[in-house]
Amino acid sequence: MLAKRIIPCLDVDKGRVVKGKKFTDIQDVADPVELAKRYNQDGADELVFYDITASNENRDIFIDIVEKVAAEIAIPFTVGGGIRTIEDIHRVLRAGADKVSINSAAVRHPALITEAARKFGSQCIVLSIDAQQTTKNYWQVYINGGRKQASLDAIDWAKQGEALGAGELVLNAINTDGEKNGYDLDLIQAIASTVNIPIVASGGAGKKEHFAEVLQAGYADAALAASVFHYSEIPIPALKDYLDKQGIPVRRDNDETSDF
Amino acid sequence: MISIIDYGAGNIKSLQFALEKTGMNSQITTDEVTIKKSDAIILPGVGAFQDAMRALKEQGLISIIKQEVAKGKPLFGICLGMQLLFELSEEDGETEGFGFLTGKVRKISGNVKVPHMGWNNLIKHRNIPLCNNLAPDAFVYFVHSYAADGLDTNTLVASTIYGETIPAIVQQNNIVGMQFHPEKSGATGLQLLANFKEMIR
Repeated sequence: MLAKRIIPCLDVDKGRVVKGKKFTDIQDVADPVELAKRYNQDGADELVFYDITASNENRDIFIDIVEKVAAEIAIPFTVGGGIRTIEDIHRVLRAGADKVSINSAAVRHPALITEAARKFGSQCIVLSIDAQQTTKNYWQVYINGGRKQASLDAIDWAKQGEALGAGELVLNAINTDGEKNGYDLDLIQAIASTVNIPIVASGGAGKKEHFAEVLQAGYADAALAASVFHYSEIPIPALKDYLDKQGIPVRRDNDETSDF
Repeated sequence: MISIIDYGAGNIKSLQFALEKTGMNSQITTDEVTIKKSDAIILPGVGAFQDAMRALKEQGLISIIKQEVAKGKPLFGICLGMQLLFELSEEDGETEGFGFLTGKVRKISGNVKVPHMGWNNLIKHRNIPLCNNLAPDAFVYFVHSYAADGLDTNTLVASTIYGETIPAIVQQNNIVGMQFHPEKSGATGLQLLANFKEMIR
């Protein structure tokens, strides 16, 4: 049975993992390669790295990190942040990433999704959507790390993204991000019921119950979180034990019988 | 040394890193002499069937690989690389594969999201050394939209369930295929690669 995935997200700035709340107020957390190794051992199913800096100099530092991570871990990982061109995508995939996550550039230039999917395959093109609820059942798309409003309805954009060739969606709810009061179930449900590609829920995890909610009632295929993992508030093995008891299919560590 | 055949497919680097971890040197190559000298051949994953076969044909690699396999050299196909081992694929119309194994590659047809992406558990059908030290129900990482169908049951080693039964590991003499990515399947995947290493003599 296909397992629901648990995905720690690492925001990287100037070579360090940082943690922001509502996309601002950045705090230093850890070395990305060390943290990636820890999550790999803890049984994370996948990792996401967001390059939250924009300068070219820092971009090279980031690519270097992607290469080091690829050498250290044997689970899939996605790279996002500042991906604007086919060449950007090629560069991170060549550095060892399995998927790329595209956000603002896809809003500005939707054909990028199609072109990238054709060139590299849909399975490695992830459309990341930052959505803020404005009225009941309406979510506005934001770009530039949540700073700029785009004139798009998140549900429409998700549908369009699928049609353009995205292989997966990451849905970041700006309202719930960093609040630790749970994922935006309404948003996740609304999009899960309209598209037929895997959905990764993001923004708002604070307790184990929140993961169970979004994976069951929210129909998400995967749940992403940052600080609850970075600060060991919710250890991944304990989370998986809990989800397993709730009847949610998860990949457990008990199959790791080998010496690796 | 192991030749990883370069036909323009994606993320080969992770495969090289994983082979290194299990003590296998590899070279990404299209060079005839290198392939002939190597101890085993890997056909890696990611891409489209037709493009892959076309690239292999253009570089004259199909006949070289067939010759080496006939001599008994281990051949290991991963993901798309496993699909290439079969007679033909329905991806982008009908395209002929290597034809080492009986069966066709078809689009996943169950009432499920495609691609089949994520961790799914292996159901063992045959106990062979390739499965040594694997726990029952071990999870491995899949990313694919097409799967082998109508294969000779003697070649099926393990399967997984995703709307339908999907062949996950196949083996026939010196030919091995895995539909998932062992290099992305954590400790289980590394164990499978280590088991493959034992096949190389």
